[in-house]
Amino acid sequence: MARLFIGNHIAQSGLAFLLPSSVLAHLSIIDIIIITSYFVMVVWIGFYLKGQSNTGLDFFMAGRQMSAWIAGLSFLSANLGSLELMGWAGSAYQYGILAAHWYWIGAIPAMLFMGLVMMPFYYICKTNSVPGYLKLRFGESSRVLSGVCFAFMTILMSGVNMFAMALVMKVVLGWNISFSILMSSLVVALYVGLGGLRSAIFNEVLQFALIWCGALLVPILGLIEAGGWHNLQAKILMNYHTSEYTHLWKGLGQFNTNAMGVQWTGIVFGLGFVISFGYWTTDFLVVQRAMAAKNLRAAQMAPIIAAAFKMAIHFFVILPGLLGLVVLHNNDGTLMHLVGQDAVSTANPNSYNEVLPLMMERYLSPGLLGLGITALIAGFMSGMAGNVSAFSTVWTYDIYKPLIKKNGTDSHYVSVGRWATVLGIVVSIGTAYLVMQAAGIMDYVQALFSFFIAPLLGTVLAGMFWKRATKAAGFWGLLVGTVTSVALYAWVRVDPTALRYVAFSSDAKAMAADLYRALWAFSSCALVTVIVSYCSKPKPLSELAGLVYGATTLPHQERMPLLKNHWFWAAIVITVFFVLNIVFY
Amino acid sequence: MQISGKISIWFFIGVLLAFYGALIFGSGIYELVTGILPNVVLARLHAPVWWGGMMLALGLFYCIRFVPGKKQTN
Repeated sequence: MARLFIGNHIAQSGLAFLLPSSVLAHLSIIDIIIITSYFVMVVWIGFYLKGQSNTGLDFFMAGRQMSAWIAGLSFLSANLGSLELMGWAGSAYQYGILAAHWYWIGAIPAMLFMGLVMMPFYYICKTNSVPGYLKLRFGESSRVLSGVCFAFMTILMSGVNMFAMALVMKVVLGWNISFSILMSSLVVALYVGLGGLRSAIFNEVLQFALIWCGALLVPILGLIEAGGWHNLQAKILMNYHTSEYTHLWKGLGQFNTNAMGVQWTGIVFGLGFVISFGYWTTDFLVVQRAMAAKNLRAAQMAPIIAAAFKMAIHFFVILPGLLGLVVLHNNDGTLMHLVGQDAVSTANPNSYNEVLPLMMERYLSPGLLGLGITALIAGFMSGMAGNVSAFSTVWTYDIYKPLIKKNGTDSHYVSVGRWATVLGIVVSIGTAYLVMQAAGIMDYVQALFSFFIAPLLGTVLAGMFWKRATKAAGFWGLLVGTVTSVALYAWVRVDPTALRYVAFSSDAKAMAADLYRALWAFSSCALVTVIVSYCSKPKPLSELAGLVYGATTLPHQERMPLLKNHWFWAAIVITVFFVLNIVFY
Repeated sequence: MQISGKISIWFFIGVLLAFYGALIFGSGIYELVTGILPNVVLARLHAPVWWGGMMLALGLFYCIRFVPGKKQTN
């Protein structure tokens, strides 16, 4: 989901925020060795895995051989790009701990629902993609509509990741933007083109290890400097005269009692239900990782393992942002004030989004700094690779195969997948330069992405849990939901005062608009799906086996010992989730 | 996951962590011995020594546990 609103905050400032700053960090020889060896290793892995990706199953689904741990870490890492790390650290500096909602209520319930309830349907129908599921349930038209939208969004996101990485490298290290774009695209094209999804998953797991090692030290040292959590809270209160920064729910009673300009209804229903469930259960980028698991049990455990780590990521994304409020000082000893991009000036030269690199530069000595930068690079490249591998699959199976060549051989489709990877990278490069020319595009890209996810949730849920939903209803629900979202977005762009109707309050801010627009899109999709279903003829029950709850006999799973039971681990995760929300209330 | 029946993903991760850990640990020891501290906050805590050492140990553990040729359980 975070890919969805990955720093809305970054989006609103159009990424150009990074351009004017001076170089933040200087690398030593040991840092350069660490960064270079990472590039060498991922390319070598791509060549090594080439021989393992000769069939469609291998190339697009990694042979369905992944253990629960590999699939789970990959499931999480596909979402954990550096754009996300830097964006949410910046959001935490700007909005305080409210940003953690995107890691907790905006992720955990949906991930558990995905593992426990939805995964069996994706897994046993043996489809290659989420649009592929729609084809089985609602027919070709829904599949093609969903596939085209997804391919379009995915490739745009890959380009945005590429551009964001290039900008970060420019700001942090002073690297040339074109050099960074070409370097990263070449490396990603090599290892995804050669090794397919298997290679992408491998590098995502590698990235996961690097992010923990490279980023976790920052909050540890930051908390030592701040004197622990309670001292951090006290210092924030002393410096900013508000407790809003360190409370998750306290300020959400009204739109105007928190910096985000959202109310609890938006967080619970907009974020916690529509956006979160939309992203974590229907976005093929992440679903593909779980579908690559070696059996149903591993596929169900994957999102649960990912959920456990997702809760912990808060500590090295949100915490550095909060620490930045207290420990960052100017050379003259005064407290540093990071600002929005539009307010960057000589007096305040750094924006919110630079808080993570600033914290890295503050604490990380040579070697550790190289590791931190490598973690960011790995995150960006994983973001690109994840998008490109998902694009390649959807392009090949959901666009090329039904529309262009229906009866090709398996090796033909693998070849198409490899070329789609290269094509995806080339288009991404174009997108990256397009974003560079018109920074505001990032905002549109985020919005375009949100147009698709919320209605897709309505369609998939109706398809999976309502036997009466018909073929026509699936298509029209998806289309009307998407059009509703686009129309609401355009309405607010043309007339900003319309936000009071879209988000139900004149005090609502941009973040609230995203949350409530998602609710509208989902609701309109659901409404149209229900109406059209009752006006059209449903499929016979026999055709819904393996696709719909109530018409499917789930495969018998052997009774597992408690420590291997996915319901047990889901219960642990949801308990920790509630405890965290109470502790940081 | 075993790659080509020979090398586990975890082995690759172990190699990378061990290599990075050795470099960082080595630079930390150099700082400790020479007393030349980098210009970062809390340099007196010698983070490269314990963080690099931890990475090195973790990396070596994974290298040994998932060495190619050894039968894996995952």
